[in-house]
This record gives sequence, C-alpha cells and structure tokens, in this order.
Amino acid sequence: MDYGKIIPEKVSSLKPSGIRKFFELVQGSKDTVSLTIGEPDFITPWHIRVAGIDSLERGKTYYTSNSGTTELRQAISEYLSRRFSLSYDPLSEIIVTVGGSEAIDLTMRAMVAPGDEVIIPQPSFVCYEPICRLCGGVPVIINTKEENQFKLTAGELRAAITDKTKLLVLPFPNNPTGAIMEKADLEAVAEVLRGTDIMVLSDEIYGELTYDADHVSAASVDGMRERTVLASGFSKAYAMTGWRLGYIAAPAEIAPQLLKIHQFAIMCAPTTSQFAAVEAMRNGDTDVEMMRREYNRRRRYLVGGLRAMGIDCYMPRGAFYVFPNISQFGMSSEQFCQRLLREQGVAIVPGNAFGESGEGFARISYAYSVEHISLALDRIEAFVKSLS
Amino acid sequence: MNELLQILENNSRISHEALARMLDKEVGDIKKMIEDYEREGVILGYKTMIDWDKTDKEYVSALIELKITPQMGKGYEQVAQKIIGYTEVESLYLMSGSFDLAVLIEGKTMREVAFFVAEKLATIEDVVATSTHFVLRKYKDKSIIFGAAPVDERGHIF
Repeated sequence: MDYGKIIPEKVSSLKPSGIRKFFELVQGSKDTVSLTIGEPDFITPWHIRVAGIDSLERGKTYYTSNSGTTELRQAISEYLSRRFSLSYDPLSEIIVTVGGSEAIDLTMRAMVAPGDEVIIPQPSFVCYEPICRLCGGVPVIINTKEENQFKLTAGELRAAITDKTKLLVLPFPNNPTGAIMEKADLEAVAEVLRGTDIMVLSDEIYGELTYDADHVSAASVDGMRERTVLASGFSKAYAMTGWRLGYIAAPAEIAPQLLKIHQFAIMCAPTTSQFAAVEAMRNGDTDVEMMRREYNRRRRYLVGGLRAMGIDCYMPRGAFYVFPNISQFGMSSEQFCQRLLREQGVAIVPGNAFGESGEGFARISYAYSVEHISLALDRIEAFVKSLS
Repeated sequence: MNELLQILENNSRISHEALARMLDKEVGDIKKMIEDYEREGVILGYKTMIDWDKTDKEYVSALIELKITPQMGKGYEQVAQKIIGYTEVESLYLMSGSFDLAVLIEGKTMREVAFFVAEKLATIEDVVATSTHFVLRKYKDKSIIFGAAPVDERGHIF
C-alpha cells in the first residue's frame, strides 16, 4: 500500500493542533500543574444530569428527528429570545448539532466552495482554518491586536474583503484572548458588510461567559440576522462538554442546506443529551450564574497575580482564559512555555497555537480551582524571577 | 457584601490578598470587612471539615427529636438554653412539624449517647418525648461530599 497516495494533500498537509502538541509534553511530566484545559472544571449540574438519566430510564433511546427534538428546538428558540432578543422559528431555523464544533463544520461545508475566501480573525480557536482548507477555501487571516483589546475592527475587516470573500468568522467571546465584541463594535462590522453577500459564522459558544458587559449576539445587530449563522452550544455555559451538544440558528433560507449535510453525516445529535439540554435551557440560569461568578473571581485573581509579578496582561472580558503578553522576556512563546514546564512544572499553551499573531503571548485557562491557580502562580513567579 | 461571605463560607483559608484580587478590592478593605463581620457576629467562627471515619477515632452521632410543652411566656427558649450548654450537643434547631427541637449529638459509644438522652435530655422539665436516631453514615455535610477527593479526569483535546 502506498499510503502517501491515499491521503489527499489537503488532509496530509493539515498540522496537528499546537495545543495538542503541548499536551503531549505535559503528559510526560509528573507533578505538573496544568492550566491548559479549555473546558469547565464543573460537573454538569445534577438536575440536568437527572433529566438525561430519566430519559434513559423511560427508554428514550431512539433517534430524534434530524434537526433535534421539537421540545429542545422550542426551548432553544425561547432561550435565544429571552437572553439575546433573537427571534428564530424552532421548526425551520434551528438545528441541534453534535457540539458547537459540528455547527462550525456544517456552516463551512455548506457555504465554502473551492477558492472562496474565509476571513478568520486570530488568535482564535484552532478549528476554523483547517475546516476551511478541507472545503477548498482560502483562509484570510486578520490579526487582531492587543491595543484594540483583540477586537475585530471595521478597518481591518474592510481591508481583508475581496470579491472572493464568502464568509466572515466572528469568534467572540474569544478563545484564547477573552475579547468580546460590544454592540458598537458589531455595528461597525455590520456597516462594512451592508450591501454585500458576505455571510457570517458567529461562534458564540462562550456567550454566557462575559464578565463586565452582557453578551451581544452578532445576529441581533441591525442588518446581521439575514447573513448570520449563529453557532453555539451547551458545553461551556452548562459544563456539558461530554454530552456533545450544540446548535445552529440560521435564516430559513440557509438552515435547510445545512440540515442536509447534518442529515447525511450525523443523522441526529445524541438523544439523551437532548433531553438533558431541555432542562438546561429551561432551568439552568442559576447554575450559569453561579459558574459565571466563580469564573469571574478566578479571572480577577489570575490577572491580578500575573500583573503583580510584572507580566502585562489584558483583562479578558469573556470565556475562561487569560492571554498575557510575555514578549518582555525575550523568548518565543514556545520557548517560554517549554522552559516554564521544564523548570517549574507549570503547563500553559503557547499563544502561537492560536495563530501566528498569538506569538509573544500564552493562554492560561482558569477552568481550575483557585487553589490550583494559586499553586501555578507561585511557580510562575519563581520562573519569572529566575529570568531577571 | 454577600460575595465575600459566600467565598469564605466555602473556604475560609483563602488569604486576604487572594480575596482582594478575586473581588477587585484593596487588601485593607477585605481585612476591615472581615473584622466588621466578626464584630457584628455575622461571621461566628472558622472550622474544619474532617472525615473522622478516615481516622481511628471511635465515635457515634445521633439526631434526637424532642417534643416539648412550652412554658407560658417563655416559649421554647428556656428548654433550648438548658440543652445548648452541653459539649456533647453539636447542633440544636427549633423545628416545624411533628417534633420541636432537633438535637445533634456526638458521643464515644451508642451507650454513652443513650445515657445522655435518658439522663440529660429526657429529664428536662417540659420535655415530653424523645426519639433517638443514630447516624449510620455521612454522605454530605455543609455542601461537602464525603469520599475520595475528586480527580481531574478531563481529557486533552485542544
């Protein structure tokens, strides 16, 4: 067998995620304090787990309809209206997916044809670029800047648009920077897009986790609903990562196209998870509030600790990561993180794992207990002191 | 401020410095707030949750229901005051429902607890009935679940 001939170039040329590479280093070392993981450290609230268990006890083990149970789509529609003033028809405009990840994959596959340009602001989550490439699309990277609070600006967007631009990815609240887009920022983006046929994939998986301003959905801004596919899910807000459940809300003209791919590739999202998710949507607000409050304390604690040891650090406004600027230490992100791991046993992720513009930064997750973060901070301090 | 109390209720060992950062306050403000809470009796003390079953300590605990005939003008206060002082009494609550006072007590042996009930509690004037329930196992107390410390089982993906 000549495997080299079997795998198409667009697959073989994909690089494994830079975060992944670092995890492997971590696994080899004992006594490591890791701040690398990008999922909640909370367990799914018990009443939500019970709803899933209960559905199993009642024998709800069949497929659901392709787009998800009517009850869940109804609950999602009500939730989007209640939380973000959005209006989506549960039957024709909402698709329940296998996590936010499938929502991103579906959207790109449904829209991106070979040669189409997809504008991707970075630093950002690692999957947009590879999926775009698999579709034959051409990623056009916008490097967001620390001095702009890692927001996407209208000027940057305007400069990136060509007549081949098909899709703009809006990854806010942002992993890894913690940046958010406020209403005025989104209005400026909407103004640039007005009159074009450019679609928007708004990845709002961290939409429940903002700390000093309420999340504004891109789709709620004037002129945006018609061009926006909203991708979100249950993983981050409800600590339901392992349930693999997300959703898409998209205009009725677009949703059926996405649904076809979902139908053929996935059939339907896990049934047990859908039953649990209804409970999350209807009765999960206080859980989200509790977790948000806890993350917020850790966010302040971690940023305060880093700043106190002289590390520049943008105060993140959403998600659960801080993205300190480590360029003052005269090392690449990889060097800094590898030495920190080797010399003090603390694992964080080099910023360039999220795009070249992440060079000079590192991602630190605060989906960990304060005690754990405190231990890591002590060791980071010792490391920083050893450098001076 | 409730948030400070919420944090301390779950973990009273967090340093003033850490609390200050978590709540975006000055260290001096945190110290003052805690002192005020202590002085006002909002914060009554700091204790440690111990799973004694993991040690060689021999003990039993029990919940005793007491039915009381309250005295005119004195309510349940007088009886409560008589019970409160015993070091064996860990908690004492006035309850609604089919009995009046719930007494949580701890002793070395069942015999010791039984004697305490018979000799100290049942003999109090106005106590008309007692019912003793021994605790067989503690699963959760003050929001803390007893058992093995949780392990971080999260897998590495991205």
